[in-house]
Amino acid sequence: MSDHEYIPKSKAAKWFNDRLPLLTLGAHLTDYPTPKNLNYWWTFGGILTFCLITQIVTGIVLAMHYVAHADLAFGSVEHIMRNVNYGWLIRYIHSNGASMFFLAVYIHIFRSLFYGSYKSPREIIWILGLMIYLLMMAAAFLGYVLPWGQMSFWGATVITNLFSAIPLVGESITTWLWGAYSVDNPTLNRFFSLHYLFPFLILGLVVLHIWALHIPGNNNPVGIDIKKPSKDTVPFHPYITIKDAFALLVFMIIFAGFVFFTPNVLGHSDNYIPANPLVTPAHIVPEWYLLPFYAILRSVPDKLGGVILMFSAIFILFVLPWLDTSKVRSAVFRPIYRQFFWILVVDVLMLGYVGAMPAEGVYLVLARVGTIYYFLHFIVVLPVVGLLEKTDPIPMSISEPVMTGGAEPSLARKLNEKV
Amino acid sequence: MKKFNLSINKIIILLFLSIKPLYSAEMTDPIKVDWSFKGLTGTFDRASLQRGFQVYKEVCSSCHSMQYLSYRNLGESGGPEFTEAEVKAIAASFEVTDGPDSQGEMFTRPGRPSDMFVSPHPNKEAAAAANGGAYPPDMSVLVKARKGGANYIYSVLVGYEDPPPGVTLDQGVYYNKYMIGNKIKMPNNLEDGLIEYADGTVSTVDQMAKDVTTFLAWAAEPELEERHRTGVKVIIYLILLTTLVYLSMKKIWSRVDTEV
Repeated sequence: MSDHEYIPKSKAAKWFNDRLPLLTLGAHLTDYPTPKNLNYWWTFGGILTFCLITQIVTGIVLAMHYVAHADLAFGSVEHIMRNVNYGWLIRYIHSNGASMFFLAVYIHIFRSLFYGSYKSPREIIWILGLMIYLLMMAAAFLGYVLPWGQMSFWGATVITNLFSAIPLVGESITTWLWGAYSVDNPTLNRFFSLHYLFPFLILGLVVLHIWALHIPGNNNPVGIDIKKPSKDTVPFHPYITIKDAFALLVFMIIFAGFVFFTPNVLGHSDNYIPANPLVTPAHIVPEWYLLPFYAILRSVPDKLGGVILMFSAIFILFVLPWLDTSKVRSAVFRPIYRQFFWILVVDVLMLGYVGAMPAEGVYLVLARVGTIYYFLHFIVVLPVVGLLEKTDPIPMSISEPVMTGGAEPSLARKLNEKV
Repeated sequence: MKKFNLSINKIIILLFLSIKPLYSAEMTDPIKVDWSFKGLTGTFDRASLQRGFQVYKEVCSSCHSMQYLSYRNLGESGGPEFTEAEVKAIAASFEVTDGPDSQGEMFTRPGRPSDMFVSPHPNKEAAAAANGGAYPPDMSVLVKARKGGANYIYSVLVGYEDPPPGVTLDQGVYYNKYMIGNKIKMPNNLEDGLIEYADGTVSTVDQMAKDVTTFLAWAAEPELEERHRTGVKVIIYLILLTTLVYLSMKKIWSRVDTEV
């Protein structure tokens, strides 16, 4: 993997490294040549790793005190908040940590969309990332059910009922998921089990995601292939580690602001009411990070149609590398795509907003317009713009200004000739 | 069971297609109160917490449980901070069911600080039956469980009015302008001079409502003062560390020709 052979200094280290090359791996990770022009949007990978580890560590401690039983779960959460030493801190870090995790992952995904990081040769990194994102949504949903408040219960009821839209076998599948004839104690039990499992699956996928990243190396804001190592790159350590650390600390300040000063603002007050199967909340809403998909789901008058569309909204991202026909990666050199990118950002934010509003009147109209545009962006805009767009001149390397020409013909020149 | 399941499904589908927003129902925005526990360094007013506990004990506790609190909490720092002797006396004033004893019998004894708050009714159903079918909610986390929090609870307590003309109320239903739908099954239990405060404060309705709301805000978030204090320290620490890391980053990156 590494560009130069790593030779351990001591005999013992060499003996060990010959048998398990952990030291070679460590050397690779520290030397890993990274484009020197990465901006702060590239620091979210490290931030996300921090989020995952934080969720796992706080989650393991919470699981030591939590009781996954329909009659005891709500009380056990209050026990954590009141009687466990710093239980309130651990739980608030965990619950706000989920939101911070999604905030970071959305920035990470949109960064990839802007700079074309999903394009060849990074398709597998992108697909692994989407699988992580899917598992994150599942884990977050499962976790939100565990406190067994009103939103836990009714959110679980709404989401599991989506499967009943499947023709013929839908009802049976839903009953199988519940382990009962409604969301009940068996449901809570299995949700807890799966909520504990998923973060470790995510961790495994993260390892693959980073492994796949280290094959072609990082994309960069200019979006061109660079020679590694070269004057366009810096070693990962200390350059990127210190920069990631700085960005992470800024992120942690915001995180701490939520945890210590407004820990419940991202949650729903109804979830402090114990679950009651006989009383439906007036307004069932998912957590903020799922709202755009909720808006898409509700924009269709037919239940099955809504479910299909919602899942399509996620799965269409898996074929994104093949929908985008442009050979130029970075939106910096794509004047038309750049504008559509920002329209997509606004569209998703709008879908999130209407997802929190009642599905009626103007909100329903907006949800439908937003949904149609979302799909248009991927199915029509991306392929067509990629073919028709006149891209701006691309620099030959990160260090050199635009089109001065390098000693050797780079991919950039070839690309410019093509477009 | 199957029948119940189907009806739930129908409810869900209906919800999907036409969710009626909570806030479309008639209700007035809660009164904004300048609580001492608001803000980054907010703390509870100790005297108000003690008076609020008195209101809870003498008025609310005949219907509302607070099952997640223990009497010992009343003496803990950040709360009403009753003295150890006072907490013992408060706990002892309640009859607690304990057991079974060696004969297999349940028995009652005076409460201890480690006991949970005694509930006025043995279960939810009994509580509902004694209150015209409406279960008086457990108040342990009530402030966190209502949109608007402390402002909302206070507003409901002072929001009782005669119904406007044209509004008819059933037996046991009262008009309250801050309640969702303006109808509430809890009667107005506060009236001026209802309580003789131990500290001599005049017990106006407004005073009692503020005191008991403060008490409930603490009950819902007993960690609030410690959380605020720790938060200030954590953020100051993070800002200092961020500054140092920023300077180190600038120094390290000065070796290459790229701005960071």
